[in-house]
Amino acid sequence: MKKTLKHCESYQEHSKQFQELGEYLDSLQIDQRNPRRKDTLIMTLHRAQMIFGYLPEEVQLFIADRYGISHADVSGVISFYNFFTVTPKGKIQVNVCLGTACYVNGADQILAEFERILEIKAGQVSADGKFSIESLRCVGACGLAPVVTINSKVYGKVKVSQVREIIERFLTEDLEVEEVSHA
Amino acid sequence: MLEITSPIQLLDAYEETKSLLDLRSGKRGGPQERMILVCGGTGCQASESKQIVHEFKRLIKENGMDERISASISGCFGFCEKGPIIKIYPENVFYVSVKVADVPEIFDSHILNGEKVRRLLYEDPKLKQKIESADDISFYKLQQRVALRNCGLINPEKIEEYLATGGYQSLAKVVGGMSPKEVIEEMKKSGLRGRGGAGFSTGRKWEYASKSTSEEKFIICNADEGDPGAFMDRSIMEGDSHSVLEGMAIAGYAIGATQGYVYIRAEYPLAVSRLQIAIDQARAAGLLGKNILGSGFNFDISIRLGAGAFVCGEETALIHSLQGLRGEPGTKPPFPAESGLWGKPTSVNNVETLANVPVVYQKGADWFSSIGTETSKGTKVFALAGKINNVGLVEVPMGTTLREIIYDIGGGIKGGAKFKAAQTGGPSGGCIPEQYLDTPIDYESLSAIGSMMGSGGMIIMSDQDCMVNLARFYLEFIVEESCGRCAPCRIGNKRMFEILTNITEGRGTAMDLHELRSLAETIMDTSLCGLGQTAPNPVLSTMKYFMAEYEAHVFEKHCPAGTCQKLMHYEIIAEKCIGCTSCARGCPVGCISGSVKQVHLIDQARCIKCGACLSRCKFAAVSRN
Ligand SMILES: Cc1cc2nc3c(=O)[nH]c(=O)nc-3n(C[C@H](O)[C@H](O)[C@H](O)COP(=O)(O)O)c2cc1C
Ligand code: SF4
Ligand code: SF4
Ligand code: SF4
Ligand code: FES
Repeated sequence: MKKTLKHCESYQEHSKQFQELGEYLDSLQIDQRNPRRKDTLIMTLHRAQMIFGYLPEEVQLFIADRYGISHADVSGVISFYNFFTVTPKGKIQVNVCLGTACYVNGADQILAEFERILEIKAGQVSADGKFSIESLRCVGACGLAPVVTINSKVYGKVKVSQVREIIERFLTEDLEVEEVSHA
Repeated sequence: MLEITSPIQLLDAYEETKSLLDLRSGKRGGPQERMILVCGGTGCQASESKQIVHEFKRLIKENGMDERISASISGCFGFCEKGPIIKIYPENVFYVSVKVADVPEIFDSHILNGEKVRRLLYEDPKLKQKIESADDISFYKLQQRVALRNCGLINPEKIEEYLATGGYQSLAKVVGGMSPKEVIEEMKKSGLRGRGGAGFSTGRKWEYASKSTSEEKFIICNADEGDPGAFMDRSIMEGDSHSVLEGMAIAGYAIGATQGYVYIRAEYPLAVSRLQIAIDQARAAGLLGKNILGSGFNFDISIRLGAGAFVCGEETALIHSLQGLRGEPGTKPPFPAESGLWGKPTSVNNVETLANVPVVYQKGADWFSSIGTETSKGTKVFALAGKINNVGLVEVPMGTTLREIIYDIGGGIKGGAKFKAAQTGGPSGGCIPEQYLDTPIDYESLSAIGSMMGSGGMIIMSDQDCMVNLARFYLEFIVEESCGRCAPCRIGNKRMFEILTNITEGRGTAMDLHELRSLAETIMDTSLCGLGQTAPNPVLSTMKYFMAEYEAHVFEKHCPAGTCQKLMHYEIIAEKCIGCTSCARGCPVGCISGSVKQVHLIDQARCIKCGACLSRCKFAAVSRN
């Protein structure tokens, strides 16, 4: 049975976000007869993930519909690229760089320490949805290896002994700043 | 708004803007005039360089000195280890590891009273001397900056500053007075070879694309920079986007393309935003778009983002990704120069390659080819990282030796440890041992010793790094990044990874070493794309030069570098143990016995080598080897 988008509960619930995505798609002026129209698909998926935090099926259907392509075309692209996720991540996203420069400077131990303290493994989200941990490959700040990013904040030359403090400081100071600036 | 629609106007703009750089090139500068440049690259921004500029601007304003003192961000100075870095012109003073809290002191002392802040000056680790001028820092002395010529010199967000360096004049020369054929000939003569890895002649690539007949052609700038631990391309785009755009426009003219795309990885948000700013500025000025400089040549550029897939750096995969498909590689031939984006002739060029292009026309092919070795012309940027004192970006003439890069420029191995190997070429490359430190590096010499130039990542390793574990690390990367299209790459690399894991965890056998070799051969011979074809290189080169280390893991169950956790051996030194019981309480498998005030003992058969006892013992009574 083909799902129709308009009746999805989450579509109603997130109408504001869908509107934002819709406006972005409008600005692309997608011509459904143009065989090259998919060249902006990855850009759109990035935008959608920024708006929704992840790419649930309803969002995929919405995008497929606007491009005039099949759902499989969209989900196939999403599954290929590491950057895209179809499940929500934590509100606080910890990314530990495991690029070569960071790795030879002990990034694996930093990752293990985050996993130990937050009690989740890389790729998981904590039960309350607050934290998630991912490993990534080189953010290009290798001079600061090992590098950790938490949301948009970058921490360099991280030591295992600092991990707890970094988390605590982020919770007390930086999160507030972020909340204010997003308000 | 700047509008430049003819070569004459471009020259006028140059005349108008060139004084912007006078202070920086030491041509001008009353004793009262100062320019403060703060590195605004990803590394330094992470350490708050934005706030530093902000603070300087505030103080300048407060003191009413806007007229003669300015502060601005610049691209990366390359000396990332010591960031955030600020430079003050005209003296060219170089302050390192600057914090926001240091700004008032620098302002009071240096700017107001002409007294340098000595504690923030760079100290030469060998001479143990503070260095007053950036020109005297050994990190820079041996470098020759061609691709990085403007990085750290200009404000990357201002097109005027790029124009002041003579920017876009090569484009004017090319579209105004040279035929596409002449442009290609000049490029061939320069000897410039692709900096993205394979080292193919850029001139010949353009020639193929120009000879393919088609109404429509494309230029793609490959800014995927997938090698983990490399950041040359990022720094060029963050520090000097316009040079890449100018290079693309020249390439477009040469092959007959009217549209260019920059395919850039999403992990580089700052580079994306700088590029977009540059594109907007160039378009507004008329240097991109229709009828560029009145020549009738049309060329425009758009950005497309990647989404975290290493294989998308491979040109055919990149093209698929740009078309909004899964980024799986295709078969070659046909090469992109014949049939690329949407089946049209396409030249895919790397960021650093393109940044070199304007220089070839500005200074001439002869000048360019006078630098370097017989087969490899010009310079190469390396991202120096790992166990090295001066982590950063280094640009040297081809033919420089590894020893010069590591010891003279890089300042030697961190913490005085012993050099073990340099890894170049990332997951496709290999490890170079000490006996080859004096090899003059170019494309051929690096291949001859089992590594490759690659895109420029250079990771330095010391005797505390295990080569088997490093090979395992790269294989893990490959297993995650293989697109899975062909079996040898998908299954073979997985198998190699499993074997290497077994070896590093003490389960290796003599057979494993044979199997690694034969798997490597099959994978290299039968994989479809460069990812698979080169994936076994890190294993083969470490086996070639560090076989003894493999054997120690396999036969003695011992890791000489002391990094493989599972091969560690924990013991309690009876003379030192006071019987505090801390280790026994912390052992997750309860394999430490002993009661209070008695010497404790580890049951080796049950020990899982977690290291908890070592970190819990306050009396240094636990040994690990
Ligand atoms: C697995 C793989 C990854 C690659 N990644 C990159 C990359 O990140 N950047 C790049 O410029 N070239 C990369 N290349 C090389 C490109 O396929 C292509 O040769 C290059 O972009 C051509 O530009 P150049 O001639 O200027 O070097 C990669 C190749 C392979 C096989
Ligand atoms: S060699 Fe590996 S990455 Fe390349 S096409 Fe085959 S499976 Fe994909
Ligand atoms: S290394 Fe771990 S398992 Fe072994 S004795 Fe020490 S604490 Fe116990
Ligand atoms: S922690 Fe150290 S001193 Fe205490 S019982 Fe263990 S080995 Fe002995
Ligand atoms: S390897 Fe971690 S930032 Fe480059």
